[in-house]
Amino acid sequence: MANVLVVAELLEGKARKTTLCAVTAARQIAEGTGGSFDILSIGEGAGAAAEELAGYGAGKVLKAEIAGGYTCEKYAATVAEAGKGYDVLVACASAYGKDLLPRVAAKLGAGVASDISEVHTDGGKVSYTRPMYAGNVFGTVEILTDKQVVTVRQSEFEPATASGGASPSEDIAVQADPAADKVEFLGVEVVKSERPDLGDADIVVSGGRALKSAENFTNVIEPLVDALGAAMGASRAACDAGYVAPELQVGQTGKVVAPKLYVAIGISGAIQHLAGMKGSKTIVAINKDKEAPIAQVADYFLVADLFDTVPALTEAVKKL
Amino acid sequence: MKILVSIKRVADPDNASKLKVSSDGTTVTSEGLEWKMNPFDDWSLEAALRLTENAAEKNARVGEVVLVSIGPNDEHTQRIIREGLAKGAERGILVEADEGNLDAGVVSSILKAIVDKESPDLVVMGKQAADGDSNVAGTELAEKLGWPVINYAMKIQTSDDGKTLEVKRELDTGVATVKVTGPAVITTSDRILHPESVKNGVTPDDHQYAKLEVGGRYASLKGIMQAKKKPIDQVSPGDLGVDTSKSLNYKKFELPPARSGQTTFVEDVADLVDKLHNTAKVI
Repeated sequence: MANVLVVAELLEGKARKTTLCAVTAARQIAEGTGGSFDILSIGEGAGAAAEELAGYGAGKVLKAEIAGGYTCEKYAATVAEAGKGYDVLVACASAYGKDLLPRVAAKLGAGVASDISEVHTDGGKVSYTRPMYAGNVFGTVEILTDKQVVTVRQSEFEPATASGGASPSEDIAVQADPAADKVEFLGVEVVKSERPDLGDADIVVSGGRALKSAENFTNVIEPLVDALGAAMGASRAACDAGYVAPELQVGQTGKVVAPKLYVAIGISGAIQHLAGMKGSKTIVAINKDKEAPIAQVADYFLVADLFDTVPALTEAVKKL
Repeated sequence: MKILVSIKRVADPDNASKLKVSSDGTTVTSEGLEWKMNPFDDWSLEAALRLTENAAEKNARVGEVVLVSIGPNDEHTQRIIREGLAKGAERGILVEADEGNLDAGVVSSILKAIVDKESPDLVVMGKQAADGDSNVAGTELAEKLGWPVINYAMKIQTSDDGKTLEVKRELDTGVATVKVTGPAVITTSDRILHPESVKNGVTPDDHQYAKLEVGGRYASLKGIMQAKKKPIDQVSPGDLGVDTSKSLNYKKFELPPARSGQTTFVEDVADLVDKLHNTAKVI
C-alpha cells in the first residue's frame, strides 16, 4: 500500500496543468496499491490554489504559503518535512519538478525515478518505465529506498479531471533551510502567450533553422500556428539563433510534446529533436530535403520550399 | 576561482537510435558506437573555462578547472578526460567504477567526497547525461553539500568581489534571474554556448566568443600537446569512503516500438490538407 503526495506547481497563484498530470500518476499508484493520495499546494497563493485542487479526490490538500519568487532551496525543506508521512512523492517533470524533487529526495534519502512515462503496480509493488537515451531505450526501474520520489512526463499522463467533492485542507509549517539564504531571487520574465501551452496543446507547429530569422517566424510560422489554434515550437538551432525564445525548444533538452498533430517546418530532425516529438500521433514534415532524418518519423512529408508552401497551407487551413 | 567539472562518457548520442538491448532485456549494448563526452558536460566545461580565463589574452588561465569522471578505468574514459584537459582544464580525476553500479545517488555521493577533498568555489556540471537522461545528480550533490544549486543556467556573470554570481536560468515559462553566493552547483542550458553568456570580470565585458553551434570549443594543437603531460589522479569510491548502495534497480530495458506505417509523400498543399482533414482527421 503506497500513500502518495503530489507536489503542486503554482504559477501566479494558480496550479499549472502540470500538477494535474502528476495527480493522474498519483491516482494510478494509489489505486494500484490500495493506498491514497494527498496534494501539497506550496508557494505564493498556495491557499487559493489549494481550493482549486480540492476537487480532485485527494484525501486532503496541504497548504504552505511561501511568498516571493521560487527557488528550490526555499521549498525543499518544507516539501521534505511533509513528505515524511508518505511513501511516494510525485511531481511533473517540468523545469520546476526536475529542479525541486531531487533536492527533496536527497533530504529524505530517497531514490528518484525521473521523467517516467508509465506506472506499473504488479501485486502491490510499484515500478516505473522511463525513456532514456533521448527516447531510444525505455527502462523499467524499481526504487529500492523506503521512500520513492518520482517525476512524470507531462505528455504521457492525461491531466486529471475533477472528481467532485472537496478535500479538506490543512496548513503546514514552512521549514527554514540555510541553503535558501545563499540564493536571492531577483526576478522572472514570464512569457505570456494567448496560444495553448506547448506542453499540452493538441496541435504543435515547429520551425527550424531554415526559417532564417525571427521575422520569418512571425510572418510565416505564426499565421499557420494561429490558423490551426496550435502552440508554437522550435528546434534547438532556431532557439539558439534567437529566432524564438528558448522555452519554445522541443527536444531532449527542451520540452517533450506528444500532440495529435505535429508539423515540423524546415526542421531536419536531429536525434535530439526527435526525442521531443516522436510520440506525436500524426507528424507532418515540410522540408526541401526528402532525405532529412525527420522522414524517419513523419507520416506525411511535403517536399517543398517552406516560404512558398506555408502561406498557402495557412490559407487552405483557414478555408476548412 | 577553482571549478570542478564532472564529465561522463556516453555512447555517441548522435547515433543513439542504433543502440540495442540484450535478448534478456537486462542490458543496453552500444557496440559499434563511439564513446563521447556527454554533450551537456561539454557545455558546462565551456562555461567553466570561460569563467577561469582571459579570452582577450589568448585564453590565458586565471583560475583552475579540475575534471572528474566516474567510470571504468580504460582508454575510453582516459581519452574523454584528456579531451577536456586539451580544451584547457588543469588536471583530471578518474574515479574507477563499473557503470552498472552507478545511479544518481551514488554519483552525487562520490562527487561530494571529491568536493570535500578539493574545496572548489563552484561545481559546474551537465544537467543530465545523454544516456540516463535523469537530470538528478547535480541537485542531489548540492543538497548533500548544503550548497545552493542553479539549474539550467544560460548566463553567468561574476560580481566585482567575486563572491556572488548573477545567473539567468531557463524555466518552462520564461527566464528567472538569481544572485547566488558560492560555493554552489551550477548546471547549464544550451544557451550557455552563446558568445556573450559568461562574464567573469577578467575577460573584457565586450568580448564576443566565437559562435559555437553544437558543443564547447575545440582543443588547439598546443592544448592537445600540453594535455599529455597534465596529471590524471585515480581513486576508487572505497578510497573516498563513499557508500555505494544503489537506490534504483533497472529490471528491464526495451527498444521503443517502431512508428507504425510508412511516410506518405504528398504532392502539394491541397493533397496535404486533404490527407490531414479526411484521412488522419486531425484538422
